[in-house]
Amino acid sequence: MSNPTFEVEHLSLHYLTRFGEKIHAVTDVSFEMKQGEILGIAGESGCGKSTLVNGLMGLFIPPLHPTSGDVKVAGESLMDRTPQDIREHVLSRKVSMIPQGAFNALNPTRKVKDIAADVIVAHEKGDRKKAYERLGERFTLFFGAEAKRILNAYPVQLTAGERQRSVIGISTLLNPEMVIADEPTSALDVSTQKIVIKMIFDLLDAGIFKSMIFITHELPLLRHVADNIAIMYAGEFVEKGTAEQIVFSPRHPYTKALMGAMLSAEPGQKSRKPVAIEGAPPSLAEAIVGCRFAARCPVARPECRQNKQELRMFADRLVRCDYAE
Amino acid sequence: MPSETPIFSARDVVRVFGSGKKLVRAVDGVSFDIADGEIVSIVGGSGCGKSVLAKIMLGLYKPTSGQFLYEGHEITDQRDHWNEVQAVFQDPFSCFNQFFTIRAQLKAAFHILKDRPSKSEIDDRVDAGLLAVNVAPKDIEGKYPFELSGGQMQRMLLARIFALRPKVLIADEPTSMVDACVRANILDYLMKLKVELSMTIVFVTHDIGLAYYVSDRLFIMHEGKIVDAGAPDDVILKPTSPVTVRLLDDIPEIHKEWIKR
Repeated sequence: MSNPTFEVEHLSLHYLTRFGEKIHAVTDVSFEMKQGEILGIAGESGCGKSTLVNGLMGLFIPPLHPTSGDVKVAGESLMDRTPQDIREHVLSRKVSMIPQGAFNALNPTRKVKDIAADVIVAHEKGDRKKAYERLGERFTLFFGAEAKRILNAYPVQLTAGERQRSVIGISTLLNPEMVIADEPTSALDVSTQKIVIKMIFDLLDAGIFKSMIFITHELPLLRHVADNIAIMYAGEFVEKGTAEQIVFSPRHPYTKALMGAMLSAEPGQKSRKPVAIEGAPPSLAEAIVGCRFAARCPVARPECRQNKQELRMFADRLVRCDYAE
Repeated sequence: MPSETPIFSARDVVRVFGSGKKLVRAVDGVSFDIADGEIVSIVGGSGCGKSVLAKIMLGLYKPTSGQFLYEGHEITDQRDHWNEVQAVFQDPFSCFNQFFTIRAQLKAAFHILKDRPSKSEIDDRVDAGLLAVNVAPKDIEGKYPFELSGGQMQRMLLARIFALRPKVLIADEPTSMVDACVRANILDYLMKLKVELSMTIVFVTHDIGLAYYVSDRLFIMHEGKIVDAGAPDDVILKPTSPVTVRLLDDIPEIHKEWIKR
């Protein structure tokens, strides 16, 4: 058993609005990750996935503030540090992020090799020439003979898939412990998506990064990508288990509803109608008593609206529902 | 009554961009008929030419060669064309002007119609359009586009369609920016358009799962050509083109092997 590379303990985050209102975007999230693990986080838009990403990097730029809890990478805490300190010592080296829109992440006026070399030079104060050599080696790993063309291209000259792979290449240049990918493939078509995922697996196998958090709302994709999946609703984890458990035998009513909303092109599925979840998640500005999903839950009981639900072990996985089956 | 003349009829439609060495044949010799009341999906990867084809249908591009007819005649006047053919796009935030209220913009959409309804009827139809997508009119009263979430905005695009009631709807990736839950919702509304208004709908998407679920007929496009066409079950079960096979193979389905780690 290796020590966890990444530990999150009771992390709560809030936004402070102009009007002095506190929006509790993430509440009491705890998990730890081992070397080689890919954790998938899924949930609706606005459930706090992307806020959690910022929290996991320790990057607190107003209006986002930590409420309580701790995040540790290889035993080192990321809390109570200035954004400046986080940028210099944590980002790229320990925790790195792969953003969704590769196009917005690359400066259109500079070649890929210059954008990438900046990362090495800024963090390691090294020689630019050596940086280019290292880049060549690293990009050859996943682009093969194409590496030279891609490094010398401007972002507009690349296809969407090449751009996203370049962004992943740049994010992982300094061999971070942990990579957080926020919807890395949702803007790509299925064939390109497969190539990008393949590259992520190759990097993980080569030990270039140690573990990964993969955020998406595509549960079928997560079943193939992730070892474990956590389902998030209104800022909380409502279920966490292995990918197979979550996808094939969901226990929390919300997870079940999410699976019911999936579409699939498998033969015979045409008659199975995807069902949307009615209603909207609760406002996170007010304190919520009782289960957060109660208002939309098809099997809610009157007491669900009063009793706070805790995330607890239920048979084989963690579920936040007293009445899970 | 569905008419006999096809809504769209394409014969060897070609659309090229650029010239000389940089010439790109975005749509390369495409022929098809789309009947009245049919739901057709055009599926393909990035850069296969599907959006260019959609723009030809909207009269935004003219074919370089070949014949493209709407109800038996060529598209000459765009404003006339948009009386009957309307579109929803991928990103609702780039479709609405941030400086005007949503209601004002939904009402302004009626300017495209030649037989413009009276002011009170426009108000009624906007209300009905909003209710059709499960939004209470008072919820968006006085609101600006940036005050709504992505899913709500995508519904506003559909509310516009419900209010205008065009004959044909071109939906270019209407669900690729929203989560699975909102997507199921939007599909419900699109189905409602077909059932209640017997609208002809052309979906343009890279999501074969969505296409399979909604459409009467599927076209698979690759490098400007239609490589596979037919009823969804036929295309999925008996794909005739290697492109379709690969496209199907690349979808991460829960019950199927995908990439081994």
